[in-house]
Amino acid sequence: MSTINIRKFTSENGALAGLVLLAAVITVMQPAFLSVQNLLNVGVQTAVIAIMAFGMTFVVVAGGIDLSVGSVAAFAGMVGALTAGPVGLVFGVICGLLNGVLIAYGKLPPFIATLATLSIARGLAVVIAGGQPHETDAAVTFLGSNLAPMVPLPLLLMLAFFGVTGLILTRTNLGRRMYAIGGNEEAAKLSGIDVRKQKLWIYALSGLFAAAAGLVLAGRLGSAGPQAAVGYELDAIAAVVIGGASLSGGVGRATGTLVGALVLAVLRNGLNLLQVPPFWQQVVIGVVIALAALLDSLRRR
Amino acid sequence: MKTLITARGITKHFGATKALDGVDLDINAGEVHVLLGENGAGKSTLVKVLAGIHSHDAGTIEGKASLAVIHQELALVPELSVAENLFLNRLPRKYGFVDRAEMRRRAPKLLERVGLNVDPNAKVKDLGIAQQQMIEIARALDKNSGVLILDEPTAVLTDTETDRLLQIMAQLRKNGVGLVFITHHLDEIQRIADRITVLRDGRSVGVLGPRATTQHMIELMVGRPINEQYPRARQRPGQPLLQISNLTKRGVFEDISIEVHAGEVVGIAGLVGAGRTEVARAAFGVDDYDRGSVQVDGKTLPRGNVQAAIKAGLGLVPEDRKGQGLVLTATVGQNLELATLENRDRKRLHDIAGKLRIKGRVEQPVKELSGGNQQKVVIGKWLLADPKVLILDEPTRGVDVGAKVEIYELINRMTAQGRAVLLVSSDLPEVIGMSDRVVVMAHGKVAGELPKGATQDQVMALAVQEISA
Repeated sequence: MSTINIRKFTSENGALAGLVLLAAVITVMQPAFLSVQNLLNVGVQTAVIAIMAFGMTFVVVAGGIDLSVGSVAAFAGMVGALTAGPVGLVFGVICGLLNGVLIAYGKLPPFIATLATLSIARGLAVVIAGGQPHETDAAVTFLGSNLAPMVPLPLLLMLAFFGVTGLILTRTNLGRRMYAIGGNEEAAKLSGIDVRKQKLWIYALSGLFAAAAGLVLAGRLGSAGPQAAVGYELDAIAAVVIGGASLSGGVGRATGTLVGALVLAVLRNGLNLLQVPPFWQQVVIGVVIALAALLDSLRRR
Repeated sequence: MKTLITARGITKHFGATKALDGVDLDINAGEVHVLLGENGAGKSTLVKVLAGIHSHDAGTIEGKASLAVIHQELALVPELSVAENLFLNRLPRKYGFVDRAEMRRRAPKLLERVGLNVDPNAKVKDLGIAQQQMIEIARALDKNSGVLILDEPTAVLTDTETDRLLQIMAQLRKNGVGLVFITHHLDEIQRIADRITVLRDGRSVGVLGPRATTQHMIELMVGRPINEQYPRARQRPGQPLLQISNLTKRGVFEDISIEVHAGEVVGIAGLVGAGRTEVARAAFGVDDYDRGSVQVDGKTLPRGNVQAAIKAGLGLVPEDRKGQGLVLTATVGQNLELATLENRDRKRLHDIAGKLRIKGRVEQPVKELSGGNQQKVVIGKWLLADPKVLILDEPTRGVDVGAKVEIYELINRMTAQGRAVLLVSSDLPEVIGMSDRVVVMAHGKVAGELPKGATQDQVMALAVQEISA
């Protein structure tokens, strides 16, 4: 690969270059990082945030934001534990549709609409749980288990959602419309795209993905807690942004988001292995998010 | 008479285009100096140079008397009170806090100078546009401005409001203020002007006295002969493809009826603000309207429904290419297929891109293209949708001469294929040269229709006429 190609590659895959660098540094300081068991751990830890972040990618590409995904994940996980997994997915979609209706037809800013849903979904999760965690049934627990030794299902699910996200973004009309709406909503409208209807679907998809993430989380823990996934929406947004998506819309890719989620998980895992105290971990993660966004902004200038 | 500002040989480039080319201008105390010219002649650029918003590339400006500009877009804060807006940025203070008593004492005096009788505590957003303008003028006067520049202030005013403004201008003139007045309404000029500088293509082409005739003003303004820059190839018109009937949107446009037949190009001329773009958007279903109907090939379109309009065979190339026509974050190809996502056809896409001679690959980001090539992408998007009628709103704005002619050839090709074209344009030679008929709009109404071969004077005379209510 010539120098120019390397430069082009790193400028288009800044997050991937960062991930490789990060993994290398951690490996040097703590070789145990590279053990198969640890890498699988990282994969499983990435899964919940990544699935959520894939849904967030649709929303961000279309120029919006979804703050409700953490609450929706908890709500859907709880519904799944009390009834059955698929019912949890349905409620996730309902939460997404609520966001979509408020934004597309109520003309609310996405920030406000999804903030309201964040509160509603969290509240409902606590209400139906009666404030208690609930054990998940065998089907939901299976989602968080190993398919075979060394084959964790969450990791496979994450890859499946990754594939679906890539397909939707690049190979479907819905995906192409997301880029058009996020890039220039007025131009999209004047090209005959029913922007309101599309937004409805986009937020519904985000709700669906959040619910799936919530079920995987509940399955891994064997129980759904009303306070599960608190603050996960911020990790999901961070993953999308580290992955190179623009919060002003029109830009973003599935691979970017996957790498972004991996960066967060590798960082957490590495800091744990290096025995950095948890509070300092938070500081480091914040710095990394700022750096990633800054690099991206410099590159675009 | 005292000269307040003397500008000599003002020249200003924007990239490769010369917006101003050696313009001279004197602003005298106690005089109303009118700047006259077509859209794009350089009036606003000259004002911005005088106000120091733009720097000039050559020429001198002497005697920088304090100068205030009232722009078309008002610079008021709607949520603040009249008094707060009057003293914005220099609020009277006492002990470091805003001195409301002092503000209340001084505000009425200022308002009186412009003959405005409003409560200084009222919020600006609750006032009419004319009153808001008066507040801006009052604010400018408080800064003891020796020179007041008014950039098309009457474009948004009713007749009585305009009368009031002209009275105030006459009063200011008597008090020794130097006024620069930009307007398209020739009757207003005859009522108030002491001197008229006519600009055309960035040059001053004449300075007229107060007794200049309308005829003389228009001649100087448009002055340029039509030549073969406009290669219109006429077709025999077929059946009507677009029928706009009695279209009305209260306060915006009224009783607009326009028919375009297969193979025909109908132009809509008029001044900025005459309601041309609004009619185009309403017909395409972007904005709602109150009354009337739009038919495409005999089929009535539902109101406010872009999808239905496209399905019926209508397309719109909007006036603001970057703001409304393109997704700048996307590639050429992605922009081309935007209106035809349902039945994508890669082969036709490449075919059209080639035919349009778009300079740039299909995979290239569209923002890297020149203005002319970007416009070809927007037009190409609609050619892919195979429309019966295409509305072009200012299709050659900001497009270089070569690409302009290519766009005109595209119009010819479309009409040769039996499509109909509605051409909205502020470029008079273009709308006359490329249209088979020209509908002239003024104040939201159809002021008249001119056949092929109309002169610019005829169009301007209709465009600037005052329609009695």
